[in-house]
Amino acid sequence: MAETIQLEVARYSPEKDSAPSFQKYEVPLRKDWVVLDALNYVKDQQDGSLTFRWSCRMGVCGSCGMMVNGEPKLTCATFLSKYAPGPVRVEPLRYFPIVRDLVVEMSDFMTKFRKVKPWLIRKQEAPLSEGEFLQTPEQLEVYKPFSMCINCTLCYAACPVYGLDPFFIGPAAIALAQRYNLDSRDQGADERMDILSQHEGIWGCTFVGECTKACPKNVDPAGAIQQYKLAAAMNWFKTLLVPKASP
Amino acid sequence: MEVFSYDILLVGGGGAGLRAAIAAAEVNPNLKIAVISKVYPMRSHTVSAEGGAAGVAKADDSLDEHAYDTISGGDWLCDQDAVEAFVKEAPQELLRLERWGCPWSRQSDGHIAVRAFGGMKKMRTWFAADKTGFHMLHTLFQTSMKYTTVERFDEWFVTRLLVDEGRVQGVVAIELMSGKIAAVLAKAVILCTGGCGRVFPFTTNANIKTGDGMALAYRAGAFLKDMEFVQYHPTGLPFTGILITEATRAEGGYLVNKDGYRYLQDYNLGKPQPKPVLRSMELGPRDRLSQCFVKEMEKGRTLHGPYGDYVHLDLRHLGAQLIDTKLPFVRELCLKYENIDPVTEMIPVRPVVHYMMGGVHTDIHGATSLPGLYAAGEVACVSINGANRLGSNSLPELLVFGARAGHAAAEFAGQQKPAGAAISAQAEDEKRSLEALLTKTGGSERIADVREAMQKIMEQSAGIYRTGPSLAEAETHLMQLQDRASRITLDDHGLTFNTQLITALELSFMLDVALSMVRCARQRTESRGAHQRSDFPARDDKNFLAHSMVSRKPDGSANVEYRPVKITRWPPGERVYGQPAEKAAQG
Repeated sequence: MAETIQLEVARYSPEKDSAPSFQKYEVPLRKDWVVLDALNYVKDQQDGSLTFRWSCRMGVCGSCGMMVNGEPKLTCATFLSKYAPGPVRVEPLRYFPIVRDLVVEMSDFMTKFRKVKPWLIRKQEAPLSEGEFLQTPEQLEVYKPFSMCINCTLCYAACPVYGLDPFFIGPAAIALAQRYNLDSRDQGADERMDILSQHEGIWGCTFVGECTKACPKNVDPAGAIQQYKLAAAMNWFKTLLVPKASP
Repeated sequence: MEVFSYDILLVGGGGAGLRAAIAAAEVNPNLKIAVISKVYPMRSHTVSAEGGAAGVAKADDSLDEHAYDTISGGDWLCDQDAVEAFVKEAPQELLRLERWGCPWSRQSDGHIAVRAFGGMKKMRTWFAADKTGFHMLHTLFQTSMKYTTVERFDEWFVTRLLVDEGRVQGVVAIELMSGKIAAVLAKAVILCTGGCGRVFPFTTNANIKTGDGMALAYRAGAFLKDMEFVQYHPTGLPFTGILITEATRAEGGYLVNKDGYRYLQDYNLGKPQPKPVLRSMELGPRDRLSQCFVKEMEKGRTLHGPYGDYVHLDLRHLGAQLIDTKLPFVRELCLKYENIDPVTEMIPVRPVVHYMMGGVHTDIHGATSLPGLYAAGEVACVSINGANRLGSNSLPELLVFGARAGHAAAEFAGQQKPAGAAISAQAEDEKRSLEALLTKTGGSERIADVREAMQKIMEQSAGIYRTGPSLAEAETHLMQLQDRASRITLDDHGLTFNTQLITALELSFMLDVALSMVRCARQRTESRGAHQRSDFPARDDKNFLAHSMVSRKPDGSANVEYRPVKITRWPPGERVYGQPAEKAAQG
């Protein structure tokens, strides 16, 4: 193994450290290795205490998001050779509290995720015997892009608004709300609008579009936010003209 | 020691676990239900399933045909009463998922679309492009959030089942975030932890697929069933093992050797046609296709790469438009991970370990041999998959039997008393032994070395083809590895998110599972489906139309016994694939 590359990995243990610091590791620079392979090499061969999340290694489970040279990336989908000759700086996702090393605290995201009622809402349930709801390929296409989110939270780490205002419900959660709002089978858009309207943070989004740039699955959360803002503004305008009689 | 109490505890938050939790919550809204998972539920491995979910949907199809395909595909080792229940309930379950918002691919008239799949005589595989598992899992997870009686323990790792008076009454688990060890008691426990592909070096399975549930059940005294039946998927990417879905072949992809020749025609799988033919050639069953690869390699007609031999999957003639509509994830995976474009280049593929037909023995309701313990999904063996699972049967299986286990556990839990004092003592014992592992120093072994040795011996000795001597050697070797594993010392003695501790526990689970596979494989002196003994090449219905049942004896050794297969309407016959031959066989 002739060629190697240096990793600079953020380390932090709440039991021992007052602040994160960087540790350097020399790893083989192999053509088919992704950044995650290098981290696993370190964990297996050099330092078993290096801590990070990963699972599928095929870009669909959403576990292995980290900052690589300052950008939010899925480390399983980011080739090491891209950063040659190095060094490669690996840090936990920005704006999240750090649990340990490269692992961040997800509970804020999980709470926000549930808040938007991410399930199909029907005013009345029909029995299964009536068969499927019809939905044409064109109707499917309307919400499909927003259904591709893997919850990797790279968009939060890219979002300057979330960085400043942790109450901001955030790009992925809004995209998820739109995924259901735009689904021809769903009847819950009003309920979700009421929830989203309570979160002032959204008006701070200046459509910088960093979330969309960071998304590894082309979900376009920035587009979802713009759609939502427009709908919310229209809604607000309507309430001025016609005070809400019934929900 | 902190103690939590529930009526029903799900271990595993993938497709089966979430379906079971919803089923239990719906059947009785007064039940307290918890889902404990070592990862956030949407990270579960169901997420990686690509091709689709089988369920009779169209007028040209019938439940009996789905049953026959499943049973013949499983080389007659399936329990036919379970298969009949499965094919009947699968369409309803898939429809229910549609009602919950699953973005199934559609026909132009708005009805559900179906596609062809390997070993299936009719088109009956529902799909959401080629991310079917991803969409099913996210639909289930998001829907589960509606049910306020379902609590979650995200990123908790179960280390042991608590059993008193022969009844499972809870688990001991570690919270990753804090390192806290707690007892989670329940009147019924449902294992939904999935498979164990990580026992092998090349696998489509995610890092988390370490056979935890199988080992937990085995250690608690439950039977494991048919553990020798491990499925190799014929088309994984070399090195990473990333799955290239069977849907590529259902849409018309060719498998070709180094000369560009569609070699499957040499192995009694029919004659090559330009368009895909059901139950023929590239749409033969997975076990046969993986075996053909080995034969082709022996003839020197495969290609050689840094990670062993491979063949080519050719999709070029399908065109960019079809690939982008029906197989977008395949294109994405090839571009991102293999740096090739399937629209213009052939994909290098090799057989990789994909699925475990065997697992924790259950009856048709998901009940294991231990009262209070249920299992569903890949961790379980009902068995509808027999000696070889058909592609697109596992996703409906986790729905059908997840729901069944949820219902059965809800009923059982209603009749039980809370756990007694003996359970607390057991939990304290387990806590002490975990703390000892965490703080131990002076050992001489590294986790990765033992794990790699295990994977190597499994591939060499218990892979696509096995022999008596190769399996005997593997058994000895694995027992030595168990001994080495006991001398592992952790670098990491911290409490916060100690993934090395989890990895050590997973390795110990995997060694138990690997040994069960090898022991069952040694004793089955016949070839059937995915279990191919070079020294016993024929199927032997006289002696082995039976399930292997392996259990742990009190002294720690294993006992293998046999139980008859349940035959209802399809007596054992010959497995025939390829159109003309099949017509002859069916008269």
